[in-house]
Parts: sequence; C-alpha cells; structure tokens
Amino acid sequence: MSDLEYDPHNYSSVLDAREDHAPGDEPHESAGHWVLNANLGLGLSVVLTAAAFWAAQADIIYGPAIPVALVVLAIAQMGVHLVFFLHVTTGPDNTNNVLALAFGVLVVFLIVAGSIWIMHNLDYNMMPMDELMRMAR
Amino acid sequence: MSDLGLPASAEALRRIREDPHRLGHRAHGPQEPIQGAGHGVTGPAQKRIIVAYGFWIFLLSDIVMFACFFAAFAVQRGATAGGPGPQDVVEVPRVALQTAALLLSSYTCGLSFAATNARNKLWTQVFLLATGLLGLAFVAMEVQEFVSLASCGITPQRSGFLTAFFGLVGLHGLHVTVGGLWLLTMMAQLQVKGFRREIMHRLLCFNLFWHALDIVWIGIFTIVYLMGTVP
Repeated sequence: MSDLEYDPHNYSSVLDAREDHAPGDEPHESAGHWVLNANLGLGLSVVLTAAAFWAAQADIIYGPAIPVALVVLAIAQMGVHLVFFLHVTTGPDNTNNVLALAFGVLVVFLIVAGSIWIMHNLDYNMMPMDELMRMAR
Repeated sequence: MSDLGLPASAEALRRIREDPHRLGHRAHGPQEPIQGAGHGVTGPAQKRIIVAYGFWIFLLSDIVMFACFFAAFAVQRGATAGGPGPQDVVEVPRVALQTAALLLSSYTCGLSFAATNARNKLWTQVFLLATGLLGLAFVAMEVQEFVSLASCGITPQRSGFLTAFFGLVGLHGLHVTVGGLWLLTMMAQLQVKGFRREIMHRLLCFNLFWHALDIVWIGIFTIVYLMGTVP
C-alpha cells in the first residue's frame, strides 16, 4: 500500500529523542495520543466558543466588560488550539518553535497596538472636519 | 547505569541533572552529539524538522499579514461615512454556523494526521475529505454572506469600515479556499504515492496551515463579528 522504505519513523533508531520536534509534530506518540489531544482541543474550543457567543448577547454582564470578556475568551481559545491542535509544548525539544512564535506574537502586538495608538493620536489632534472644510473654502 | 553501585541519592541527583523536566529523556547534561540532529558539528537537522520549521516561519509571517488587516480594521471601525456600521453587517446565526464548520474541520484535520501517523491511508483520506467538505461549507456560507450584503448595497467601496471588513474577512476566505485546493492535491498525492517521506512532510505542513487558519478565524469572529453586535 505505502512506500514504507522511505519512512524514517518506521526505523525509530534514525530519530533520537533529543532531537528538536517539528511544529505540530510529536514523532514518538501513538495514534491514541493524537486522538485524545484532538478530542480535548475540540471539547475546550466548543466550551470557549459557546461562552463567547453567549457573552456577546448576555444581559447580565456589565456592558463595557463584554469586549474584555470576548478578548480573554479568544486568547484562551488560541492557547487551546496551540497546545492541543498544533502540539506546541514548553519542552526543550520545542524551544525553537516557541521562540519563533513569541517573536511573531511580538510583531503582531506591535502592529496592532501601534496602529491603534498612532491613529487615535492623529485623530485626536486633527482639526474637526467641518472646521477644515470651512478653512479650505 | 544503576548497576554501577551508586547510592540511591546519587542516582536520583544524576537523573535530576540529566532530565530536569522529567521528559523521560535528557534535556541538558552530558550527552554525546547525535548524527544529523543539528547539534554542533553533526550536520543539519532532519528534513522533516527543517521543512516544518520553515513552514512554521511562513505561517507566522502570514499571521503578521493578518495582523496588518486587523490593525486596519481596528482603525477604520468607526469610519462608516454615514453608511452601514458593524451592527448592520453582522448576522450571528450564520457566523455561529461558520465557526462550527471551521472548528470541526480543524478537528477532522487533527484526526487525519493521527491516522497519517498510524499509516492508515483509508482513514487519512476519509478525515481529509471531511475537512475539505467542512471547509467548503465555510466558504459557501461566506460567499452567501457577501452576496446578500452586496444585494443590500453593502460593498467594499461604500466606506473605510466596509473596505477593512471585506478585506479582512475576504483574505481569510481566500486562505481557506486555497487551503482547500491544497487539500485536494494532497489527497491525490497520497492516493498515488502513498506515505512517502515528502508526502508526510506536506501533510504535516497542511495540518499546520489549516489549524493556523482556525486560529485566525477565532480573532475574526471575536473582533469583527461578536464585538460588532455589542453596542
């Protein structure tokens, strides 16, 4: 059926436990471990997603707290996906993957927060539009 | 090792030093270099690790691109130019269905890789097919949303907010569409070539790509849709 002689994982002596893990990969685990991880990831994601959709229209939550709750739930769910679907761990065999991820998160944070900050500042300092139109005339 | 006659405490100390995180293998401590592990002078790491790590870097740069679109959306959120605002665009039941479809497709994608690791071609193909169908349902719902919005005169050129909205959501939909095409070619390659090494690399990369798309969608349904319903 398959071309097994090309498959290094069938000769585990080729792979050493001390090697780095590729992101999304856990070469020494059985299929049951993968299925368990997928089930846990799905279960936690369903709970967090349902909580987010509920919180968005809940009357019993203080209004300004709803966006904060939504952001917290979203970050939690991203964490669940990273751990259970992408198999990112804190082990030494994942250091390279986690460092790359941390750099990516830093750049994302700089882009989003920096844009909002700068544009809000510009908006705040800009002359009101009707005033501007009157001067242009 | 233990037959050296070391006292139990010395043995425990050695284990703690060599395996401080109790991973069942040595993390630090004395170790001889392994061939092909990328440690020191022993040559490059395995191709599987290099390929997946390179794809990981690509995915992170892709997410940086999404971050630019998210930043544009956050800045343009109030720029409705008197036209429809976030509350007029969002239809929560459809978004819930889209979220369910994409989350389930992520789940079946994970299961397909479990089957791949077990070298089971039939179940790999079944779960890949399920992933593709769920992805197709997601894209179909998004197309239907865009068409119904356009029929109400809600189009990207109407305002800065709508440009950012269609840009961000459409970019994600484009990624899912391209990912679906990739998935079809992977199914064909797997069928014809079997579990060859390079096919395994590609399946691993596809798995990463699909899960990353779901992570981006979490940001979209939270920030674009659910926050749009909050007054």
